[in-house]
Amino acid sequence: MSGLLDGLFNGISIGAVLLLAALGLAIVFGLMGVINMAHGELIMLGAYTTFVVQNIFKPLGAPWSDFYIFFALVAAFIVAALVGVLLERTVVRYLYGRPLETLLATWGVSLILQQFIRSVSPQFVVGVGLFCALYFGAIAIISRRPDFERIRNWAIAIMVPISVAIALTASNVLGQSFKLGFTRPWFGTQGVDVTAPKWLRGGLAIGDSQLPYTRLFIIALTIVCLLGIYWFLNKTNWGLRIRSVTQNRTMSACLGIPTQKVDAITFAIGSGLAGIAGCAVALLGSVSSNTGQAYIVDTFMVVVIGGVGKLIGSIMAAGAIGILSYVIGSNAIGPLFDSMPFVKSIFEFFATASMAKVVVFALIVVFLQFRPAGLFPQKGRTVEA
Amino acid sequence: MSSKILEIENLTVSFDGFKAINNLNFSMDEGELRVVIGPNGAGKTTFMDIITGKTKPTEGTVTFKGRNLRPYKEYQIARMGIGRKFQTPRVYQKLTPRQNLELSCAQHKNVFSSLLGRSAPGERRTVGGLLETVGLVAKADIPAELLSHGEKQRLEIGMLVAQSPDLLLVDEPVAGLTDEETENVGSLLLALAESHSIMVIEHDMEFVRQIAKKVTVLHQGSVLCEGTMDEVQNDPRVIEVYLGHQEDE
Amino acid sequence: MTAVKSSPPAPPEVAPRKSRTLVREVIIVGVIAAVFAFLLPAILGAAGQGVRINQLGRFISLAIAALGIDLIWGYTGMLSLGHGIFFTLGGYAFAMYLQLQLPAGQIPDFFTLYGVTELPFFWKPFYSFPFTLVAIVAIPTIIAAVIGYLVFRNRIRGVYFSILTQAALIVFFNFFNGQQKLINGTNGFKTDSAPLFGAPVSDPKLQTLFYVLSVLFLVGGYALCRWLTSGRLGRLLVAIRDDEPRVRFSGYDPTGYKVFVFAVSAGLAGIAGALFTVQSGIITPKSMDIAFSIEMVIWVAVGGRATLVGAVLGTILVNFAKTLLSEQYPEYWLFFQGALFLLVVTVLPNGILGWLQSDGLLWLRTLGRPQKVSTYPSLEEDIDVKYEQQNLRD
Repeated sequence: MSGLLDGLFNGISIGAVLLLAALGLAIVFGLMGVINMAHGELIMLGAYTTFVVQNIFKPLGAPWSDFYIFFALVAAFIVAALVGVLLERTVVRYLYGRPLETLLATWGVSLILQQFIRSVSPQFVVGVGLFCALYFGAIAIISRRPDFERIRNWAIAIMVPISVAIALTASNVLGQSFKLGFTRPWFGTQGVDVTAPKWLRGGLAIGDSQLPYTRLFIIALTIVCLLGIYWFLNKTNWGLRIRSVTQNRTMSACLGIPTQKVDAITFAIGSGLAGIAGCAVALLGSVSSNTGQAYIVDTFMVVVIGGVGKLIGSIMAAGAIGILSYVIGSNAIGPLFDSMPFVKSIFEFFATASMAKVVVFALIVVFLQFRPAGLFPQKGRTVEA
Repeated sequence: MSSKILEIENLTVSFDGFKAINNLNFSMDEGELRVVIGPNGAGKTTFMDIITGKTKPTEGTVTFKGRNLRPYKEYQIARMGIGRKFQTPRVYQKLTPRQNLELSCAQHKNVFSSLLGRSAPGERRTVGGLLETVGLVAKADIPAELLSHGEKQRLEIGMLVAQSPDLLLVDEPVAGLTDEETENVGSLLLALAESHSIMVIEHDMEFVRQIAKKVTVLHQGSVLCEGTMDEVQNDPRVIEVYLGHQEDE
Repeated sequence: MTAVKSSPPAPPEVAPRKSRTLVREVIIVGVIAAVFAFLLPAILGAAGQGVRINQLGRFISLAIAALGIDLIWGYTGMLSLGHGIFFTLGGYAFAMYLQLQLPAGQIPDFFTLYGVTELPFFWKPFYSFPFTLVAIVAIPTIIAAVIGYLVFRNRIRGVYFSILTQAALIVFFNFFNGQQKLINGTNGFKTDSAPLFGAPVSDPKLQTLFYVLSVLFLVGGYALCRWLTSGRLGRLLVAIRDDEPRVRFSGYDPTGYKVFVFAVSAGLAGIAGALFTVQSGIITPKSMDIAFSIEMVIWVAVGGRATLVGAVLGTILVNFAKTLLSEQYPEYWLFFQGALFLLVVTVLPNGILGWLQSDGLLWLRTLGRPQKVSTYPSLEEDIDVKYEQQNLRD
């Protein structure tokens, strides 16, 4: 009995992280048909934000360092949301209607974000800041000229190398004069660790099994986020607009709904949720620049199985994948087949976290044979118009 | 019975409880040109979706040349001899009109005959003739995306004919065309009607009067009435749901 | 449209001209291939750049995989993010054969590390060289066909297809990574010291052979893709890319076509994997990480999709850029690559070759000089007008 409870609890808590990570992705995908490959990196940014907030609050002493996690949640949401909006405004919005290209472009962004976390240092910040100031400043000045459109390409072609050269030289000179304190990366390639606040350590004892508080916290966090999103989408004006754009973008635009703003807000919320997911991920273990990569494929699967446009689909898909991965990965079923050694050995063969993924994927493919459009497909003649 | 090319009995289609087609009965004779009209949301396009296999009926049967269509997929139904023209012209944009027609015209439509087979002289002649019929000879070898809306409409009708179907389903063939083009398409359809059965969905009453012998009016997923244009126009129920509604605008 | 009646006659059959351009293309490709296969190694060798030959050989084998990607993405519109699977399978197939080049009765060393004393059953066929050669192509092809059939049958396409291929990639990666006892897990196989035709694989003579083979297979792959995309099949692939539902209503079943090209491209990736493995000396599950498979796509995108030459060109360019940059500034390569993804997608959506075809050549010719402005370009391009111009001159 306790084994079953354990399995269920662990499964649900894996599912909760998945759901938290997938929720933002599902919302953005539902609205814009865009799969954001950089979603994993937004999760990672959220996790690193948590780390930074923790380090800021630690010296402040008892009441602050215990409750830093709530500030971290807010900060992670804001950081990820800002990056998300930046991504939407500068890249994604030019690619609407070209989902595969969006996939590639956001993958490029995810590479940049990964390397950014690894190499960000005071020197790096100065260099990038200098480049942006020089380049955008110069373009802003040149764009006042009446013949800007004509010389635009030349201006860009000349200003980019000049700005790069100045920024590189300046940051190198600074690096050489201030040495390591200036050039050492903030985070580096090594993972960083977030320690859960005191009140989240330990666990709730039920029978002979123990439910860790961090996992309970994550489950609660997921529920709060779900309720929040549900409330936002169904009870607020912007939620109504988001839903209307999801169903018919052109018509909504004709009715005076600012679709661009809706896109940006949706992207911000989706990305912000990734930030919160990052907070949760940070509580579970060490965080590195590859953290995001570990989550994206699983979260994509949640979106594929859950179908588009229904929260309940994502919830059920995340729950199912979470429980299945745990049950198979921990060999919870194997012992039931003691009388059949062959079956038992099969279960043992797949009883690792990575082999469980193999089985889960196979099951997903089988599932898609029966429900190709996910759990809750959209119906009607507009589909595949 | 054999003279009926298409028979539809007690057809119902529901999307999550909403009945797009409700207990519809319909039949068409071989060689007939039928026009289907009805206000927006009457279920006209869903009706075509059902016949071509894009949507499966919730209840009821569709029988084409004596065969129940339920178990067949779109491409199988197309091979049986039902061709469909879409509401907005859907031609292959990056291919030339000639290639568009060749693809539709090919006799063997599986992977290996596409790979190894060369187009038979007969097919090439058919394509040449069709290009002339739809008036695209001069633009036969430029990408179809460069054609005007009206030219695309005609090209798609040509693709339909190239499939040599027994039944043509034509969804709003004159939407967005000039009067002259409309008349062209009208006479094209009338010419085709001599050798094919055709079902046309249309909003343009002028055009319907030009081509229609028999008209079916759909309303809320069922047949409201059926008859000649004059009969239909004078039917009080039709005036109420459709023509009367139009006068309000 | 009054032009219907007075339209000019259909252009005469273009068959003779077609065959002449075909001959010209064969000659050009042949000459380039000969230069790459024989002349270039000699030149580079004389210049003391022997390392570059090996690199070039590896990039050329990667280009074979890129052709496959171009076939399914550029022409058919299916973005596979899982071609690493097929690449790796081809590589493993060849590597397994090489691992078995041992005195009779022995099994590869690594097995003893994990306490395995008997060769797993699926290794046994790899004693045979002909079987291995077939397996390099057949295993990826068959697996792709099965995956493709299960996915395409249900009309899963677009982004969903891309995500599923990526998931499949992760699954294969986990499987290969986790099975030490069967295929040496993370460590993969080293092929350098294994004997082949009486010499170790790293022997310069054999390496030259592999280099020439890569060039030949690239030419073969190019010819195959060229053949597939030029006939009616090629046009149907484009039709599927542009409007798949419409293809069904024309009476074609897209599933078969998509499974076919997906399988062909997987076979090409398998060949590429095998050739790449013997030239780099090692194959590990790392060639199934997510990044590598997406990288393949960017090669094609940089060169220009739906142009086969572009796929080859892009692969070689991007990979040389990668080698040069990551030799000098390893930490900046990822930034550069990320920027490359962004740039290609937003600024050069048709790649280098696409840009050259559309307006690059014109731009190069008028470089620096003011361009001629034509007031009614549409009129000049109008086919009716052209026809009249020609006829009036006659």
